[in-house]
Amino acid sequence: MARYLMSVFGPTEPAEFGPYDSKEEVLQSFADTGAFNDKLQREGYFVFANGLEPATTATTVDGRGDKPVITDGPYLEAKEHLGGFWVIEAPDLDVALALAAQGSKACGNTVEVRPFHTEESFDAMLNGD
Amino acid sequence: MATDLTAAITRVHQQEWARVVAGLTRRFGDLDIAEDAAAEAFATAVERWPADGVPPNPGGWLTTTATRKALDRIRREAQRDTKHQAALMISDDTPHVANGPIDDDRLRLVFTCCHPALAPEARIALTLRMIGGLTVAQIAHAFLVQETTMAQRITRAKAKIRAAHIPYRVPSTADIQERVTAVLAVVYLIFDEGYLAGEGDDALRVDLSDEAIRLGRLLRNLLPDDGEVTGLLALMLLTDARRAARVSRTGELVTLADQDRGAWNRSLIAEGHALVRERLSAVAAGGPAPGRFQLQAAMNAVHTAAPDARDTDWSQIVALYDRLVAIDPSPVVRLNRAVAIAELDGPAVALAQVDRLGEWLEGYHAFHVTRADLLRRLHRSEEARTAYDRAIELAGNPAERAYLSRRRDELR
Repeated sequence: MARYLMSVFGPTEPAEFGPYDSKEEVLQSFADTGAFNDKLQREGYFVFANGLEPATTATTVDGRGDKPVITDGPYLEAKEHLGGFWVIEAPDLDVALALAAQGSKACGNTVEVRPFHTEESFDAMLNGD
Repeated sequence: MATDLTAAITRVHQQEWARVVAGLTRRFGDLDIAEDAAAEAFATAVERWPADGVPPNPGGWLTTTATRKALDRIRREAQRDTKHQAALMISDDTPHVANGPIDDDRLRLVFTCCHPALAPEARIALTLRMIGGLTVAQIAHAFLVQETTMAQRITRAKAKIRAAHIPYRVPSTADIQERVTAVLAVVYLIFDEGYLAGEGDDALRVDLSDEAIRLGRLLRNLLPDDGEVTGLLALMLLTDARRAARVSRTGELVTLADQDRGAWNRSLIAEGHALVRERLSAVAAGGPAPGRFQLQAAMNAVHTAAPDARDTDWSQIVALYDRLVAIDPSPVVRLNRAVAIAELDGPAVALAQVDRLGEWLEGYHAFHVTRADLLRRLHRSEEARTAYDRAIELAGNPAERAYLSRRRDELR
């Protein structure tokens, strides 16, 4: 099994109802996303999932110098930001992509699928492969 | 080295490369190990066979040798990092289970190389390397990029396959249709790259067309019941059959109507026609409706069946374009249909249809080529000249520019 991060991206300055036209549609997407989470748990893919407050609430910290530098806002200036994510476990990318498609439909946003580092990939990196 | 031995090794390389790489990929689950070990095994063959002779079962010899090379490499790496891969060294215990509709290692490898999660240019490069057995230098040369760039592209694609766990398998029956389409698109792009620029002194681009046809034959071997697979192979054969007649001695493009039909390759045409007939009977027997490659192959069958350009059955061609427009109403398909309409209903009718496509095709050189030709036939010379100028400006290769320039200069 491989572990994947499924990140949900959305506009930095969200419209009144996000990607939706009405409050009803927002509520429907919450319901759909909840049902999708239940399915992930039931079928054994679920590790963790959550939504994030808007990127405007982020704070960036650089602790590499003598004392930490604290900056208001997200690390990258961008029109779209991470809005939430799932962490799943799946046998391969085809399964992960199929789940991402369902998650994307449920929450109404684009989903990026990215594998987590593994012990093997870490070893390969250290050995310069 | 004796010429016949060189030819034998080349033939074995063409026939066995994909099989050796694919078998090793199944066993070791790693494209890098499989590719490197296969390359080493072929290098060993080139060293040994001149002295020892070609073994009776060259494929088996290569697989055994490559497996040994792969195990050596894994052992070396295992000493460096003891936890790794110990189990793999004992024996080949990977089950030969069919986890898709068809069980063939090569087919799995094709689907892995053409996975939709890889960028299209990475799919082409990986397919040519892993299935076609072309070197990175050859692929880089064919696509006019630096060898380091191509090497990086292939390395990055293989790293993604490994890290993201892109599966090494034939997709499920439910997904196969869509995924075969992606595979065929890759093969056709490879063919087109070789065919479009197939003139001049650069022999390697002709090799690309040959390579695509070889991949097409392999796919038909593996998926004999897929109509589009057969259609694509037929299309490539019937197109390639005209290769020798496409460019004049002075390096100018020769259009279909003006080609010396005696220079066409008769055996490729016969093979292509047989495949088209096979598809026609399958469709007539209630099989699924033909897709784009089958329709295009059928059009090429109509062209290549005519002993002279004047004998071309244009109503058939237009009927086939009508079916193609029904599944793909894109402006390019409609432009090509208009070319056939010009033959059937005259240039004025065709021009009216072509002019409606300008909104989408202004930057597409074939649009201006078609307009120029239709305007010329309607004796609207000034407009034709302007259209030729624009087409020459946009045309990619010298043979076509030479042809268009002459047509323009002949206008009065």
